[in-house]
Amino acid sequence: MNLLFFIIILLMGGFLAWLSGKWSSILPRIISLIAVFINFIITVYIAFNRDSYGKGTWMIDYKANWIKSFGIGLHLSLDGLSLLLLLLTFFLGIIAVLISWKEITKNIGFYHFNLMWILAGIVGVFLSMDLFLFYFFWELMLIPMYFLIGIWGHENRIYASYKFFIFTQASGLLMFISILALYFIHGANTGIYTFDYEQLLGTKMSESMAMILMFGFLVAFLVKLPVVPFHSWLPDAHTEAPTAGSLILAGLLLKTGAYGLLRFIIPLFPTAAVSFAPYGMLMGVVGILYGAKLAFSQTDLKRLVAYTSVSHMGFVMLGVFALNELAYQGVVMQMIAHGISTGALFILVGQLYERIHTRDITKMGGLWAKVPVMGAVGLIFSMASLGLPGLGNFIAEFLILMGVCKVSVWMTCLASVGLIAATIYSLRFVQKVFLGTDHYEGKIWDLSVREKLISAVLVIIIVWLGLMPQPVLNMAKPAILNTLSAKEKNAEKPGAYLFHPANNIKDIQ
Amino acid sequence: MTVTDFISLAPLLIIAGAPIIMMLTIAFVRSHKVIWGFSVIAFIVALASLYFVSQVAPHDIKPLFIFDKTSLFFMGMIIGASLIITLLSYDYLKFHMGEKEEYYIILFVSTLGALILTTATHFVSFFLGLETLSVSLYILIAYLKSRDNSIEAGVKYLVLAASSSAFLLFGMALIYTVTGTMNFKEIGAILISSDPLSPMIYAGFGMMIVGLGFKLALVPFHMWIPDVYQGAPVPVTAFIATISKGGVMALFLRFFFAIQGGSNSIFISVLSILAILSMFTGNFLALQQLNLKRMLAYSSIAHLGYLMITILAGNILGLQAAIFYLLAYFITSLGAFSVISLLSVCEQDAEQLDNFRGLFWKRPWLAVVMTLSMLSLAGIPLTAGFMSKFYLVFSGFKSNLILLVFCLVVNSVISLYYYLKVVTTMFSTADDRNLPVVSFTGNIVLVVVVIGILWIGLIPGSLFHFITEFASF
Repeated sequence: MNLLFFIIILLMGGFLAWLSGKWSSILPRIISLIAVFINFIITVYIAFNRDSYGKGTWMIDYKANWIKSFGIGLHLSLDGLSLLLLLLTFFLGIIAVLISWKEITKNIGFYHFNLMWILAGIVGVFLSMDLFLFYFFWELMLIPMYFLIGIWGHENRIYASYKFFIFTQASGLLMFISILALYFIHGANTGIYTFDYEQLLGTKMSESMAMILMFGFLVAFLVKLPVVPFHSWLPDAHTEAPTAGSLILAGLLLKTGAYGLLRFIIPLFPTAAVSFAPYGMLMGVVGILYGAKLAFSQTDLKRLVAYTSVSHMGFVMLGVFALNELAYQGVVMQMIAHGISTGALFILVGQLYERIHTRDITKMGGLWAKVPVMGAVGLIFSMASLGLPGLGNFIAEFLILMGVCKVSVWMTCLASVGLIAATIYSLRFVQKVFLGTDHYEGKIWDLSVREKLISAVLVIIIVWLGLMPQPVLNMAKPAILNTLSAKEKNAEKPGAYLFHPANNIKDIQ
Repeated sequence: MTVTDFISLAPLLIIAGAPIIMMLTIAFVRSHKVIWGFSVIAFIVALASLYFVSQVAPHDIKPLFIFDKTSLFFMGMIIGASLIITLLSYDYLKFHMGEKEEYYIILFVSTLGALILTTATHFVSFFLGLETLSVSLYILIAYLKSRDNSIEAGVKYLVLAASSSAFLLFGMALIYTVTGTMNFKEIGAILISSDPLSPMIYAGFGMMIVGLGFKLALVPFHMWIPDVYQGAPVPVTAFIATISKGGVMALFLRFFFAIQGGSNSIFISVLSILAILSMFTGNFLALQQLNLKRMLAYSSIAHLGYLMITILAGNILGLQAAIFYLLAYFITSLGAFSVISLLSVCEQDAEQLDNFRGLFWKRPWLAVVMTLSMLSLAGIPLTAGFMSKFYLVFSGFKSNLILLVFCLVVNSVISLYYYLKVVTTMFSTADDRNLPVVSFTGNIVLVVVVIGILWIGLIPGSLFHFITEFASF
């Protein structure tokens, strides 16, 4: 199975969708649906037969030359972590095509072209094991996303698309400089000039240099994740994007940041990451509380959901820098569960907007009586968002808190306050939109069959994740252990991190 | 003169001979189509002749010219760009009142000037080439004399270019006084052996940098460029952006290498300051522009600032990066200017940002080319601009020019704003403006440009390899 296939299908699908958009309004949708669906089926097949693939680090590995004179390769690899994220990508990709079915009515061909190319870029990011290639895909997904927000977005779309593009591009360039520096340092050490991830692992460099280079990478990932104070593009981009855009932003683009932290920061700069860990965790906690606070005070529904993302991604940041297996399991779980639950909330908001043409929370209320199915779906995903046991997010946040508890009790306590804050904003959401007095005086209809189907699938998955998280954890386990062992192997003081960060935390406080 | 000399000079002779034939032709038949067709053929023949030159390269014609692989590559780029500009010019001039035929004659002469610059190894050929290029540009810029801005632009260029030439000449004279030679290599040899350098040398180089900086529009010698870009006919603007700057850049590289300027800390710091100033000034001034030609003028200042990194690198890698960057910049600029040129109607150039409003919904193909060009200028992956910027950063890093590389990165982000503005405008809602139909030759140009941008952006491996073999002085 050639991994390039995934990307080529999406790129070709995008092109065909664009071309077919000239003649038909339905053809682009069908072509995109088929393209993503093929990929989805292949990924599911791999997931079920993963015992029959390679036993090493990578389940599937693909290597070819791209630009030989610079040591740039076309190196794509798949392991449990990327497999999980690919499943999520293609699943949300299918949903994204489906929810655009009625919402997007102009320039359908070009819209689907952009959608497919964003997915292609994301898949590339999840699979690239060559740093140059990784950067290439990292940037590639920006342009179509920029178009998606800028052309099909809401009122303030131009501003939001600029902000999104410039934030991510600027941070990406810093990462690129770090990549180049790493390339030269490795080349000077060994005489082999290469961008290959596996060879760059364990590059020897001075501690201060490692710190500087790590910050280059870190900025790119923290902007994408996003972590406070790099988050200010996110509420704008999420709010102004069309529903499918918000879904992909929240469900997938943010995950590329989390993926980058796990895949690149920790293994490439283990020592620097360990000494940065307490600050990283602190940033995570700040993100959790700050995001929750702002989510509570929003009146625009989309902005509200966007800020819950900031809060939830704070958990990811916290977990990543706890640097232990339990927390990492939680991080992976959080990536999946947040992708589903926040995606579902954005879809819900999109559906509401289609019906009542406002996202202003003060103009809603008492909608349960009119649209009970919608209300139920809203309730379930608000509960997921606040971390109700039995739903996927609970497992994720619980595991992260357990992992963090091993390292720092204080951080755990503060982060747990975030759970209470999540309860408050989630309940406010349900209260203001579906319960209370009705401020909306127009006609409103409940979910159509297509929409019900989408919601049902999402509900089933989030419940399944909450009740049976083990398959996901099993799938991710080898990758997590690899990340941790890369850290252990490359860190100069293995094991010291358990006590080391905790001591530092006291200093900060 | 030997046969080899003749073969080596073939491209120059063809480009010099063509205008004479054209003048004679015009005396009998005055036909736009005939002269245009002849120009296209002459450029193609000149391009083909490069193959024969490459068989005898490297070849010295002492003391004025050298035909090595690098100059051949530059000549190829320049003749190719002239060919594309000629193709565009037909549609552009078609509706213009008055004589159009002489335009092509002057185009040949100025191309000749640029070609001489790429091969010059001596102050005499250097100055001859530069003046041939500039004097014919005075005419080209003001060619459509009924337009509002064209005479202004032409006179501005005339006055400033003439005074910058005076600076250049004086600088050369000072250097000649000290070294007693006008050959680049010999000057370099004398400079290496004499330490410390006499103040007269520094004064001479200072004045030469003023002259060269003017032609390249580095800050603070950039004042002419927005007005000239705006006032000149679009194909001529494309000519200034690509051929004129490329030719001077080729000479600058050769000269700086020959005198081994990279080993002198004063040269390095002066050029670094010029580079950084150019990057920031160019990009900041471009931010608020609503006139696309002026915006591209300012963006070209920034790009020349980036290119200074390759000169400062002062090694073979820098030279390779410069060639690669110039090639990508040629193609990208030609892409942007051909779209502007093809959208221009007889009285008015399509230079305002408003002319592009909703272009994507009305002429998707033109908008795609423009989008690719803008993204390439901004250095976004998939496009030639990304790979060339990568090469540039790479060579800068290798030569430890960290500050300059960092400035380049900061400026790339700043420049995004105005490149994206163009793209955003094209994707906004369309108005009911009528647009001219794109001709067959226009489409050929666009296809060539798009293939070039994507080819360099996606599979640059063979080109990297090719340039690595070619670059040497």
